Amino acid sequence: MTTRLPQVQEETGYERHPPRMGFFTDTSICIGCKACEVACKEWNQLPADPPFTFTGLSFDNTEQLSASTWRHVAFVEQRKPMRAGAGDGSGDLRWLMASDVCKHCTDAACLDVCPTGSLFRTEFGTVVVQSDICNGCGYCVSACPYGVIDKREDDGLAWKCTLCYDRIGDGLTPACAQACPTQSIQYGELDDLLDRAAARVEALHQDGVTDARLYGHDPGDGVRGNGAFFLLLDRPEVYGLPPAPKVTTRDLPAMWRHAGLAALTLAATIATAFAAASFEFGGARPARVRK
Amino acid sequence: MTTRSRVDGQATALADEYVSYYNRRILKPPTWRAASIGGYLYLGGLAGASSVFAAGGQLTGRPGLARAGKAAALVGIGLSLAALVEDLGRPERFLHMLRTFKPTSPMSVGSWLLASYAPLVGVSLLTDLTGRFPFTGRAACYGAAILGPAVTTYTAVLISDTAVPAWHEGHREMPFLFAGSATATAAGSAMIAAPPSENGPARRAAVLGTALELGAGWLMRRRMGMIAGAYEHGRAGVLMRTGEALAVAGAVGAVLCGRRRAAAVASGAALMAASACIRLGVFSAGVASSEDPAYTVVPQRARLASPETTYA
Repeated sequence: MTTRLPQVQEETGYERHPPRMGFFTDTSICIGCKACEVACKEWNQLPADPPFTFTGLSFDNTEQLSASTWRHVAFVEQRKPMRAGAGDGSGDLRWLMASDVCKHCTDAACLDVCPTGSLFRTEFGTVVVQSDICNGCGYCVSACPYGVIDKREDDGLAWKCTLCYDRIGDGLTPACAQACPTQSIQYGELDDLLDRAAARVEALHQDGVTDARLYGHDPGDGVRGNGAFFLLLDRPEVYGLPPAPKVTTRDLPAMWRHAGLAALTLAATIATAFAAASFEFGGARPARVRK
Repeated sequence: MTTRSRVDGQATALADEYVSYYNRRILKPPTWRAASIGGYLYLGGLAGASSVFAAGGQLTGRPGLARAGKAAALVGIGLSLAALVEDLGRPERFLHMLRTFKPTSPMSVGSWLLASYAPLVGVSLLTDLTGRFPFTGRAACYGAAILGPAVTTYTAVLISDTAVPAWHEGHREMPFLFAGSATATAAGSAMIAAPPSENGPARRAAVLGTALELGAGWLMRRRMGMIAGAYEHGRAGVLMRTGEALAVAGAVGAVLCGRRRAAAVASGAALMAASACIRLGVFSAGVASSEDPAYTVVPQRARLASPETTYA
């Protein structure tokens, strides 16, 4: 396996840094226990997301990632056999479970657009919000192509997964990965995780689970790969993930060019109007400045 | 709410296999309030283009037009700043915008732009009203006119530089839409506030600005494929159609009878209302497109399916 994600710390300007760290979430062995959700809430002291409602969406009452929910377990019920060619599929139910999290993108739109410098790239290559700097402008919320980061109603600040920045600096495992009983959530050096993930996909394919595929592992994708990538058993959108996200700032140079041209167009339009008015027939010509 | 009913014929073919997680949205909708940030898109445009009218009036000896432009610019930018600060989660931290300069963040660039532009507008109106420091006043007026067009079009970059489909996919045409819309609304305000004897340039700019506004809007929706649906349905659709009708009415009124005071005021008001509707329509379309997963999934899936997919 040769896939390697960029050591984004060097691009940021860290001269010496630890290896890029991240998550590999293997959804094929998730049992939907939500220990990750609970451990994350506990360690990070995250408040509840009021109001609590029973959604009726399988076992999912969390629904989505939010400012106060940094792991979210999705539950998908499908009439489909787990292995290709096993039975006619009519009586088979497969239950997909997947723990979603911030992707810690190589090209992170939230970080790019943050006007205060509150969002920053850590020495581990992860993306973290500094809550004492954030002024709650909300730009990161609209910029995230995964719908991860969000603004809290009460304190007005943007919040998201820090990949337990306060734990990994001390050599500890992030709370969610620590609590996961099946190693569906694996934490480690991204290079190692990518090798492990490739081997796991290979093993699943040989076992007849031809639906297995990786998501967010490709440095050639629209965000140059994720620091938190996934093994999925169906298309990304089935789990509520965008199929081909792209960092918005990749088009920013083109946007500035168009805006510059449009600004010149505006000035030229009004100048033309003034020029045309000076040739006006029979209209009231403006009085020239006297004195 | 079904997402399938919203897509057009071409998209329906792609949408046949469309699924999302319980049809829930994938993106987080903008946290920005329509009244403050939608309003800012409009007011910033009014201010920026009005500064150009003010400079034109000053250069060509139309003092009434110049003063109207300066006043509209100050009102526009003053309310803009108030709306921007009010929309922050922590308004008392608004100066955190100026603790760094980030070219990758249009909001950072915009903060510095506004911080340079707003004082110029204030000085130019104040010196005009008091008659003191005329040289400084003229310099401020021309300075504001140089920054004004940038104040007007950078807001298009501000909203396009997001994951919001209806904003991002319009990033080529949006600055021109905003330039046209700002020209038309500033022309409208000049027709209301300046004496009819001096409103010749405003009447002509009203027509040119409206043409640019409608043309860029049409091209933008044409080029964004199924995402254009966000501009055609619901609240956004009503706002866009109302705005376009008002724009045509205002421009026609400006041409036919803009030299008469009452007609100039009515046409000007129509142009201003048109521009406001279109800006709020653009804002609403963005929110709607982020709430409907089809606008995220269908185009992305098409991108994946296309053999020449590049992310460059």
